[in-house]
Amino acid sequence: MKYAFFLGCTIPARSRNYELSARKVADKLGIELIDVEDFICCGFPMKASDYKSAEVMGAYNLCLAQEKDLDICVLCSSCASQLTEVAHSLSEDGPDREQINDELSRAGLKYGGGVKVRHFARVLLEDIGIEKIKEHFVKDLSDLKTATHYGCHYLKPSEIYDGFDDVENPKSIETLVALTGARVIDYPGKKRCCGGPVLPVDENVALSVAKEKLDDIVDAGADAMCLVCPFCSVMYDDNQKSIESEFGADYNLPVLYLTQILGLAMGFDRKELGLNINVVKTKKLLSRYFD
Amino acid sequence: MDKINLDRADSNFKKELASQPGGETISACFTCRTCTASCPITAVNDKFNPLRIIRMALYGLKEEVLTSDFIWLCSGCYACQERCPQGVSITEFMTLLKNLAVKEGNMPTGIRAQRDTIKGEGRIYPIDDFDNKKRAKVALPPIPTSCNVVEKLFPPVRN
Repeated sequence: MKYAFFLGCTIPARSRNYELSARKVADKLGIELIDVEDFICCGFPMKASDYKSAEVMGAYNLCLAQEKDLDICVLCSSCASQLTEVAHSLSEDGPDREQINDELSRAGLKYGGGVKVRHFARVLLEDIGIEKIKEHFVKDLSDLKTATHYGCHYLKPSEIYDGFDDVENPKSIETLVALTGARVIDYPGKKRCCGGPVLPVDENVALSVAKEKLDDIVDAGADAMCLVCPFCSVMYDDNQKSIESEFGADYNLPVLYLTQILGLAMGFDRKELGLNINVVKTKKLLSRYFD
Repeated sequence: MDKINLDRADSNFKKELASQPGGETISACFTCRTCTASCPITAVNDKFNPLRIIRMALYGLKEEVLTSDFIWLCSGCYACQERCPQGVSITEFMTLLKNLAVKEGNMPTGIRAQRDTIKGEGRIYPIDDFDNKKRAKVALPPIPTSCNVVEKLFPPVRN
């Protein structure tokens, strides 16, 4: 199993813990992630200001995967939605193929369609399968109480995602977390956005949105959050201290990536999973899983 | 919140929107407010209200909408669009409004900075040698510190 590994912008710059743990988990499961040096931004952060240029960037990346005859595996939910959406508009009967190919011709490229884009979590469920994943677990995480956060673009817009999960009642992430034995805690605002895209516009609004979820999760009694998107992590992990000081709250809630939880159950050590890089300290919570 | 003022309405705005991606479906809105009730931004700041923005657009309040700060508060989370019983592509519509506002020269500084960085560097967080050192330390492969293809993809506009 081989995929072009699309890291996007946030992960290599700000989320080495996600990248490290994902590479470890992939390795263990025999997933070959091929680095493509020339990949650029997926275009998502430019959609609001310049929709067409964002589409050109997405299409450029699809071309690079096409040249290698590989489908794309992504870790970031925004990259997943942007690249999937562009793949749809540039499909055989898609509306934008000709126009975008005109733009791409300046870089000597042409997109012919057919590259499939999927999030890492989806690849695990669809191409590896839960039985095979479970075979690699050596630690039982049943003492861990996690609250899963799906975020938005991992699931939405649903029309581009072939119905792989249910937007109003999603299960895919907790299915993977529950395999490790960890308990999945339900909480009221589970489907709420992290607020991240509003950060460059109005920081107070963005942090207020993130705060509501942290409140709900701590009230529900979870020990940690589980995420699948680096920008959600910017809001809940990187900005948790700012939210605490801005609103006079006290969470101290570790924010883990799905791949760190799976890697923990697979027996990788703290540094191999980048747990030492997480902003909110994970040492106390996870000490029982390490010698 | 102030009353909607129709004195400066542009009756063509509705048609202009309907002919562009994201604007085709807004006339189907029957004001049920499911969008507003589902919106995580409205929940913390009622300056942003998707239903109100759709009504303003349908009434032709072009200038008021396109020069507003509030359209930029949409997080693009799709909660409204997924739930709209009339199939209005609300999130895509907000993207259209933002794109039109930019064409008229209105955009928040932070959004402008993001666009300029991406078009210039190919990445929203450009990578430097220090980043690559940190990556090398944990055995992650290096990331290019420059990007030439953006010049080809986005050639400077000649005036």
